[in-house]
Amino acid sequence: MDGSGNGRDTVLLERQYLWPGDLTEIPDWVYTDEPIYRREVERIFHGPTWNYVALEAEIPNPGDFIRSHVGPTPVVVARAKDGDISVVENRCVHRAAEFCRELSGTVNEFICPYHQWTYDLKGNLIGVPFRRGVGGKGGMPPSFNLAEHGLRKLKVSAHRGVVFASYRDDTEPFADYLGPDVLREFEATFDGRKLKVLGHYRHSLPGNWKLYHENLKDPYHATLLHTFLVTFGLLVAGNRSLMLTDKSGRHGVMASAKSDASRVAADAKKEMRAFREGMSLREPRFMDFVQEFDSPWSVTMATIWPNLIVQREMNTLGIRQIVPNGPHEFLMKWTMFGFESDDEQMTRHRLRQGNLMGPAGFLGLEDNEAMKFVQDGMRRVPDKRHLVKLDAATEAGTADTLISEAAIRAMYKHWRREMGL
Amino acid sequence: MSEAGAVLEAGAAKTRDERLDALLLYQEVNEFNAAYAAALDEQRLMDWAEMFTEDAFYVVISRENSDRGLPVGLIYCDSQRMIYDRAYALAKTTMFAPRYLRHIIGNLQVFGEDGHGRIRARANYALIQVLYDRPEAKLHQVGAYHDLFRRVDGRLKLCERRCVYDSLLVDNALCLPV
Repeated sequence: MDGSGNGRDTVLLERQYLWPGDLTEIPDWVYTDEPIYRREVERIFHGPTWNYVALEAEIPNPGDFIRSHVGPTPVVVARAKDGDISVVENRCVHRAAEFCRELSGTVNEFICPYHQWTYDLKGNLIGVPFRRGVGGKGGMPPSFNLAEHGLRKLKVSAHRGVVFASYRDDTEPFADYLGPDVLREFEATFDGRKLKVLGHYRHSLPGNWKLYHENLKDPYHATLLHTFLVTFGLLVAGNRSLMLTDKSGRHGVMASAKSDASRVAADAKKEMRAFREGMSLREPRFMDFVQEFDSPWSVTMATIWPNLIVQREMNTLGIRQIVPNGPHEFLMKWTMFGFESDDEQMTRHRLRQGNLMGPAGFLGLEDNEAMKFVQDGMRRVPDKRHLVKLDAATEAGTADTLISEAAIRAMYKHWRREMGL
Repeated sequence: MSEAGAVLEAGAAKTRDERLDALLLYQEVNEFNAAYAAALDEQRLMDWAEMFTEDAFYVVISRENSDRGLPVGLIYCDSQRMIYDRAYALAKTTMFAPRYLRHIIGNLQVFGEDGHGRIRARANYALIQVLYDRPEAKLHQVGAYHDLFRRVDGRLKLCERRCVYDSLLVDNALCLPV
């Protein structure tokens, strides 16, 4: 019956996914297999989660809209005439055309370019040309009810000017979703000042989308890979720091307090290949930290499940939105911002400090490269496992040492529950 | 003056000497751009940094941001000191995979002097990248330089280079400047 018959086939035509052992090892299929990715879209991005879609500052006035995504699914975020924010799928109910093509703009209504089906800013279908046909012939059936054929509308929640959407009606309220500890860090960055958008970065990254979360739940790498962080004392083994997770394990905040690099202990320096003694900048003010937040931390990186990173890297502030595109690639849209109350000097400072991050940033480009290397490794030497054993005394959750992978384990504890794996 | 107007005026230079001056300047900027591309292709980043004036402004900005009047750049340097820091960091500290690069600069237009001793010019650029583990050369970025040159000790230097790129997505990372 079985042609090969030697019983040593390792290429399985239908695969059963079983997590091997405990949380300290992660199997490659988590990052590489198409069925896993498809289930993630269904259960996570389209599941009971709050997905970042836009900043309110991007759609300040009625009629303003911006294209966005929930998971891989294109959506349009718009402000309606009554000031409400709506999030709808960017797919005409008639022939499925992705009707909104501009990145952002201002309109009175959405008109699909193909057959001019027209929707109001909340996604209600308000016009079908030749609905009754011409001269008594053709047209839609009399029973066709516009009210039953609006765009797919998502649930919306905005907090401190940041807009989220959910495919599910039963997603818990946003504050409960974050939990008190992560909410506090979120509100430390979005402290009530009015946001001012300074611009975007967009890039692709040839790796699985979860690697981006993991990279920011992995303070260990930051002390080793990023010379800039290390040399200028932003994040050094031994600094005051915290790798926080919420109770569910899905969100995290990597936090650290800047210190004087000259005070780094000699034994810590020795372990950090990236440490460059005596390195100095010709333009040192680029690394200045202007204390503007009510927080003990000079840097916080919040990973808000499943698609948002909030970057507060001293004074360079940004949103990073993850848009997965299959198991092997995701797109990132960054929205860099300051505050309306910033003077020109502060805006300049944020722009200069922006050299740290983004796809050409001193740190940002290193992260992108490292994640690509991980996916390359898995694709070319497949079906193995990764080690996430650091600080194994903390099974999963908050860690008060940087030399820990407990936050990655916490994320997978949650992920396995959601995925039924 | 509009750029088209400047082109017309440059073209309408009356005397033969004026036309020759314009041609020599055009050739000088062309040679500058060739040397600029060579410095980057050969990853001689300190030489690249030397091609700017002390008060130079250098930014690599998406067309999306530029068209909307948003200032964020992939690389944002408002002094030559920051350009040096970028060059030093990339050469000595930053981790990225090895690669070959080709900067192709063309369609140069020189609009002449602006009355402050600065020469305004524009050129298109394409950055082609080869990674050691992928077979093909890929078009990594395409855009236009919007430049202001000034003479320092008789030689042209950039006091402003705004690299406005059309590519909507950066493929993973921009590891070296354009």
